[in-house]
Amino acid sequence: MDLRFRDVEPSAEERAAVDALLGPPATGWEGGARTEAELRYAARSETARDLLLPALHAVNDRVGWISEGALDYICRRLTVPPAEAYGVASFYSLLSLKPRPARVLHVCTDLACQARGAEDVRKRVEERLGPAGSSWQASPCLGLCERAPAALTIEAGLPPATQVYGPFQGDEVTAPVSTNGSGPTGWEPPAEAAVPQAGQDGLVLLKRIGVVDPASLDGYRAAGGYAALRRAFQLGPAGVIREVLESGLVGRGGAAFPTGRKWDATARQPDHPHYLVCNADESEPGTFKDRVIMEGDPYALIEAMTIAAYATGCAKGYLYIRGEYPRAIRRLEHAMATARARGLLGADILGQGFSFDIELRRGAGAYICGEETAIFNSIEGFRGEPRSKPPFPVEKGLFGKPTVVNNVETLVNVLPILEHGAPAYASIGTEGSTGTKLFCVSGSVDRPGIYELPFGATLRELLDLAGPAGTLKAVLLGGAAGAFVTDLDVPLTFEGTRAAGATLGSGVVLVLDDTVDLKHILLRIAEFFRDESCGQCAPCRVGTVRQEEALHRLSERVDESDLLLLREVGRTMRDASICGLGQTAWNAVESAIDRLGVYK
Amino acid sequence: MIPLQPPRRLVDVQIDGETVRVPEGSTILDACHAAGKDVPTLCYGDTLTPKNACRVCVVEVEGSRTLAPACSRKVEAGMNVGTDTERARHSRKVVLELLGSSVDLSTTPEAAGWIEEYGAEPGRFGDDAATVEQPAKVDNDLYVRDYSKCIMCYKCVDACGDQWQNSFAIAVAGRGFDSHISTEFDAPLTDSACVYCGNCVEVCPTGALSFKSEFDMRAAGTWDESQQTRTTTICSYCGVGCNLTLHVQDNKIVKVTSPHDNPVTKGNLCVKGRFGYGYV
Repeated sequence: MDLRFRDVEPSAEERAAVDALLGPPATGWEGGARTEAELRYAARSETARDLLLPALHAVNDRVGWISEGALDYICRRLTVPPAEAYGVASFYSLLSLKPRPARVLHVCTDLACQARGAEDVRKRVEERLGPAGSSWQASPCLGLCERAPAALTIEAGLPPATQVYGPFQGDEVTAPVSTNGSGPTGWEPPAEAAVPQAGQDGLVLLKRIGVVDPASLDGYRAAGGYAALRRAFQLGPAGVIREVLESGLVGRGGAAFPTGRKWDATARQPDHPHYLVCNADESEPGTFKDRVIMEGDPYALIEAMTIAAYATGCAKGYLYIRGEYPRAIRRLEHAMATARARGLLGADILGQGFSFDIELRRGAGAYICGEETAIFNSIEGFRGEPRSKPPFPVEKGLFGKPTVVNNVETLVNVLPILEHGAPAYASIGTEGSTGTKLFCVSGSVDRPGIYELPFGATLRELLDLAGPAGTLKAVLLGGAAGAFVTDLDVPLTFEGTRAAGATLGSGVVLVLDDTVDLKHILLRIAEFFRDESCGQCAPCRVGTVRQEEALHRLSERVDESDLLLLREVGRTMRDASICGLGQTAWNAVESAIDRLGVYK
Repeated sequence: MIPLQPPRRLVDVQIDGETVRVPEGSTILDACHAAGKDVPTLCYGDTLTPKNACRVCVVEVEGSRTLAPACSRKVEAGMNVGTDTERARHSRKVVLELLGSSVDLSTTPEAAGWIEEYGAEPGRFGDDAATVEQPAKVDNDLYVRDYSKCIMCYKCVDACGDQWQNSFAIAVAGRGFDSHISTEFDAPLTDSACVYCGNCVEVCPTGALSFKSEFDMRAAGTWDESQQTRTTTICSYCGVGCNLTLHVQDNKIVKVTSPHDNPVTKGNLCVKGRFGYGYV
């Protein structure tokens, strides 16, 4: 590629950060020092676009922001046009293109925290640290809903340090930075603190959480780990797919597509290589189940990915995890390294001649990257904009190749299917929704956390476990893209929630009592979609803004014309948007108007 | 012109109840044209890969949960398409309202007609509705970027990037309503990778990108397309022989375009053909 650079020099620190990821530049053509001899020949530079996001992370982690010089150097190293790299960097909210302090506080102001007083916390932080934008920023859901209100600090340095706070009062963070990045990553409660049922009998997906040391591969194997992979090798790829098909497993990310059919379609594609992508970009407000699995039972995910790869013929898997999950990232990296050292990942796994490895990719603050095609663009080093379907991922996915993309919870469900067989798995739950489901209960309850229940339990049964506090007003099922319900007898199954005009989505159960201002919650939902819209298609880019504007007007004064406007814009977003974000951006607001009579 | 390619199987599709036979791999838009139906488009470019970002061309496809973009969705045998259903018309109307309320569509050909046809009221969102209004970027003598007229169709980026020019001077930056077309760090064009081929101006559907001459004449109120003649000729600079269409008003060249159906250049030119007419 013949690229033009503006020749802004990176600082030594920025250069070191990029070189630590990519190695030193091979020639002057890739950003090294130019020598006389080098000008006599042209080196062919291969573009390595998929390393763009990791390289941007490297600089942002070390320095705290990305300067023109750093971007220029990254572009030279990877042969990426600077304008496009700028477009990518400006897409992600965790990356900054302007100078800012090394330590930045991210204060969650999203739904679950909102229901637990996040507004007061935000005000307190604003009083102490001044207006948002530099040393602190308001953040969408951090996935720490059981500890709401929550906050996260990210401190650039070598190595970068992170600290989560929850419940966060607004004054725990001692003002300015101690020493750059030297602070150890702080204490936080163990993963099982988010699982009130931890250690109980009858758990399937959560059975090892709080029971087995998440760092210990031996502990994992002693607790039944890697039995499923052995069983998979006995069955062969076609046998595994048959088991998964017969189990009735459907995707847990929100769309509820049959997993076996997805695997079968990918396995049959003649085009090669096939890729596996594990979607761990859990960002739906109120969702934290994948974090708890990854922090509490990381080997389960590694094993499940290995099985999925074996069944669908993938040699390479990407684990795309959101950047706001520092502990899950550390635990997974450790688990992958240990598994690799023990021959459970890499070449010739368990001596079966099957090779598979996983590359962990870190998101940088974009809800939309959890969309199944936006995740491909993000991994490939493009802006995380969804692609139009068809073609579907099983045909043309990551790098244009057949790809199977599954959510974390979906993947770990494969383990019990193989351990106990499809009939045993299918006997749990209902006919249309088999197995168990993880629910993320937050808001006004005594025992917030992740609950595992067989499909078919009602919302009332779930709330009895969590203990609602105060007078219940409504429950938001499925997160910001979900819907409000007031009927507690709705069965928590895919078909049951659909019949009730709601959705299970990612399993969010946000409980709101009568002290919560619903108008405020709706405004936060609208703000969330406006912030997180990628901006690609007009209905969503402008529609989410108009929705927020109308809700602002409605919270002052109820006007029929604004309600009609909301309906018309909402219907258009649902009908004409490219992806699920725009298509669902009006769901919660619609249900609040129709079922809760918010603007009566 | 008929492109040389192996014969393609023909498939039958229903457009508004009328059966149309089109080659396999055609888009719904192709089928609509074959059936003589007019579907509005904004981000669709005849020389570019459809981006289907504007969503004004949405149609109703039987069995589909959402509406489908006619410009990019491929036809399938037996597909039943409704181009003028209540659902499709409603989405088109609201999309025109959303665009019309946030972007200056005054120089978008046909926009006013569609707004009338679909009964769209861009003013209904109130005076406080957010817009992309901003001063025009005039940083060179050849063309002007007036992003208050930009509907984010991605066509200029595609023309500048790997679909035609391979200059990669501009890209989409930012996110959501703040997304915009930008060079790296919003540097002026003169400091960017721009080669002033003007192929972005050629594909811009709204007049956000325009010749400096056109921009100045519009500002002075002297731009008058009814007084202009268009003459297609051959560029005299090199041996490629690109077609130029000279737009002449008051005996002066005010703009240069190129026919999109030229089999070699498809409407693309270089800086000399596009802007080097000063010697005439």
